[in-house]
Amino acid sequence: MKHVTMAAMLIGALALAACDKNSRFGDDAAAAGGAFAAGSASDPTSPAYFQQTIGDRVLFAVDQSTLSPEAQNILTKQAAWLGENPEYTALIEGHADEQGTREYNLALGARRASAVQSFLIDRGVAPNRLKTISYGKERPLAICSDESCYAQNRRAVTVLTAGVGSS
Amino acid sequence: MKLLRILTLTLVVIGLAQAARAQSGPLRIEITEGVIEPLPFAIPTFVGEGGDGAQYAADISRVVAADLAGTGLFREIPSSAFISSVTSFDAPVSYPDWKAINAQALVTGAVATGPGGTLSVKFRLFDVFSGAPLGEGLQFSGTVSGWRRMAHKVADVVYSRITGENGYFDSRVVFVSESGPKDARRKRLAIMDYDGANVQYLTDSTSLVLAPRFSPTGDRVLYTSYESGRPQIYLLDVASVGRMALDTGGGNMTFSPRFNPNGTGVVFSLERGGNSDLYTMDLGGGGLRQLTDTPAIETAPSYSPDGSQMVFESDRSGTQQLYVMPAGGGEATRISFGPGRYSTPVWSPRGDLIAFTKQNAGRFHIGVMRVDGSEERLLTASFLDEGPTWSPNGRVIMFTRETQGAEGAPGLYSVDISGRNLRRVQTPEAASDPSWGPLQN
Repeated sequence: MKHVTMAAMLIGALALAACDKNSRFGDDAAAAGGAFAAGSASDPTSPAYFQQTIGDRVLFAVDQSTLSPEAQNILTKQAAWLGENPEYTALIEGHADEQGTREYNLALGARRASAVQSFLIDRGVAPNRLKTISYGKERPLAICSDESCYAQNRRAVTVLTAGVGSS
Repeated sequence: MKLLRILTLTLVVIGLAQAARAQSGPLRIEITEGVIEPLPFAIPTFVGEGGDGAQYAADISRVVAADLAGTGLFREIPSSAFISSVTSFDAPVSYPDWKAINAQALVTGAVATGPGGTLSVKFRLFDVFSGAPLGEGLQFSGTVSGWRRMAHKVADVVYSRITGENGYFDSRVVFVSESGPKDARRKRLAIMDYDGANVQYLTDSTSLVLAPRFSPTGDRVLYTSYESGRPQIYLLDVASVGRMALDTGGGNMTFSPRFNPNGTGVVFSLERGGNSDLYTMDLGGGGLRQLTDTPAIETAPSYSPDGSQMVFESDRSGTQQLYVMPAGGGEATRISFGPGRYSTPVWSPRGDLIAFTKQNAGRFHIGVMRVDGSEERLLTASFLDEGPTWSPNGRVIMFTRETQGAEGAPGLYSVDISGRNLRRVQTPEAASDPSWGPLQN
């Protein structure tokens, strides 16, 4: 009926995953799995290349989840890369800027991640290699409170993981 | 570790020398009339009557005074102005002395401790200008660890006798306590007294947690957590802090939960393929039912107190707006029509108003409107206000206010529904997403 996690919690006594930010939000190429220790950004099969040269993220207009021509261009290249590197799966993170209420931004982030997922599937990436997650406004990349930061935060990031997809 | 304070409150009516009149005399605040001038009251430090009574008496009278003054409806007269002193709980009240300093209400009390860590508080409320007690004296008994609750109980009775409405001081708030930088915020669930005292943590900050909601009886909390790797609704038992995921069966994102009025079910948003719709489910497991089916974002549902309807937000018109529909789903009626975007609607416990967040022209507001959308009033304005929650008596709204910029952080604020008495609720860390629980028994 439910998967129960009746954890008796020790408040405050826990090991924090200190590298959390980098490993989960795609800002660090090393996050992509460790299977590519030799793979530098100049190696076109490396996640670093995917992140830096192809571009692992696309940006959105205010309150929108429509893919701009620029975003479509990046995603087309992402799809090609994923086609050539079948040993990777991807988690697509959808994010929003802080100018919105929490619940709506979660839903908006999901819309953005889903828009990217659909585009990649249309370009031939197997659905079972793509998962989505929304962070709403919980994980901004840039932390100022003006449009220069908001524009960077309205994003969907394709985070690679080594390993074949599951259904 | 016990997170629930054990407190068995017993209440005894104290016989008075004078016959207590069941009056509703001139000492009266009509809140609906919009109080402009707070009612002056005096609360001499309660008398210590035995054991460590004196030690608690000072603290308890301070909390009672803070509760009353914190409403904005009452103003405390400083003890430096007092002519009379109260050294015995049963000594006759010298009305002229209190009248002379313009104290319209007088609260006297006494505190005693006993064996086994018991504590008793008795008090009387006087209408100074009528020269008579207002209601009977009462005594609360419990344990010393519950001294704050007893103070809140006293203040609730005073508030209730003078305003004719239920109090809200003996209540708790569940919220998200935040620390760390803005781009890597750590969040954990916390619970506190309504005034920010007695903060206790219900989860650690291993996983992001969002938007807790109290059950109608205050014993359980629904919230959204990333514990499983994706946003998912959890149900937490406050006393044991045991928690379990709400299993909707599909591996979808679920969020924005709220209990139904009898606490047996939950209404929430479920996202599928990028689209969020409203669903209900039994908390006992099963009974998943879809209420809305549109390509719009539908979220932030809240039941009417009688459980017959719900209000929610949807961007089906192109922007976020508020809608009311039957609790089982069906045709939804839009109720918000002003400029800007409306979100996070919450039905008041009285059933008469809906509180909401409004975003317009680069500012955020907390506002209220009637359930048909009429008589919209904005109560606050700032860079980012969001997520209102109602006091148990429907007179006060608590919400999140976040400050601007790289160092920006959220805090909790309260405001009364007239828009007056905006106050910060002090918390140990940054705080967001308050949910105000019921008046405790």
